[in-house]
Amino acid sequence: MTHTAAPTVSVHVMLFARYAEIMGADALALELPAPATVAHVVAALRARPGGAGLPVRPLCAVNLVQVPPEHPVASGDEIAILPPMAGG
Amino acid sequence: MAALTRTPIDPAALTARVQAPSRGGVASFVGLVRDHHAGLAVARLEYSAYDAMAEAECARIVAEAEQRWTAGIALAHRVGMLEVGEAAICVAAAAAHRDAAFAACRFVVDEVKRRVPIWKREVYADGTDAWVDPTAVEGARPAAMHERQEAG
Repeated sequence: MTHTAAPTVSVHVMLFARYAEIMGADALALELPAPATVAHVVAALRARPGGAGLPVRPLCAVNLVQVPPEHPVASGDEIAILPPMAGG
Repeated sequence: MAALTRTPIDPAALTARVQAPSRGGVASFVGLVRDHHAGLAVARLEYSAYDAMAEAECARIVAEAEQRWTAGIALAHRVGMLEVGEAAICVAAAAAHRDAAFAACRFVVDEVKRRVPIWKREVYADGTDAWVDPTAVEGARPAAMHERQEAG
C-alpha cells in the first residue's frame, strides 16, 4: 500500500471592507482537508487572528456567484467573504 | 457595458443611451451622497466593490429587467471617494409605456442595493468614520466607528 498525504483543497480567499480591516488582509490562500465547503473556509478564517469578528454565516460567493455555506469548494476556487451589501 | 465607474456619472448621457423610437417613456433615478446618516453629519462617502462580481451582478440585474419589462436599461455606480451631493448611482429605464419604465427603474435600484457587492465607508464631519451596515438596527449609531489616523 502506497503512503500518500491526506488530500487537500487550496483556495484563494478575498476579504472586503470591514472584514478586510478586522482580518488585516484583503486576500489570502488557505489549504483545507478535502472535501471542503464554504462553511469550512469560514471556520478556518474565524480561527485566525481577528477572525472572531466574522459572522458564523457571512454572505459568501464562489467564483463570483453567491452560494450557501454548504456549497463545496474545489482547488483554485475564489471564495469571497462579503460584508452586508451597501451599494446605492 | 461596465457599470462601475471611478469618474463622475452623467445622468443625461445614461438617459440618451436608452432612448429609442419604440420607447415612449424613460424613468431615471439618481442616488446622491447625503450629508447625514443616523443623526451624524456626513462629510463624504468612500465606496469600494468586489469589482468582478459587482460587474457580473449588475449585468445580470440589467438583463433581468430588460427581459421582464421589454425595456432598455443603463446603470452606473460610482466607486472611490465621493463628496456630498455627488451621484453614487444612476439608473435609466426606457420602455414603450411609463408603467414599465417606472417598474424597471425601481427594480434595478432595489436589486443593486440588495445583490451587488459594493460597500461604503462614511466619513463624518468630526473626522471619525464607519462602514455602513444596512442590516443594522435602524437609527443605531454605527458600531464600527473608530478615529481616523491623522498623518503627520
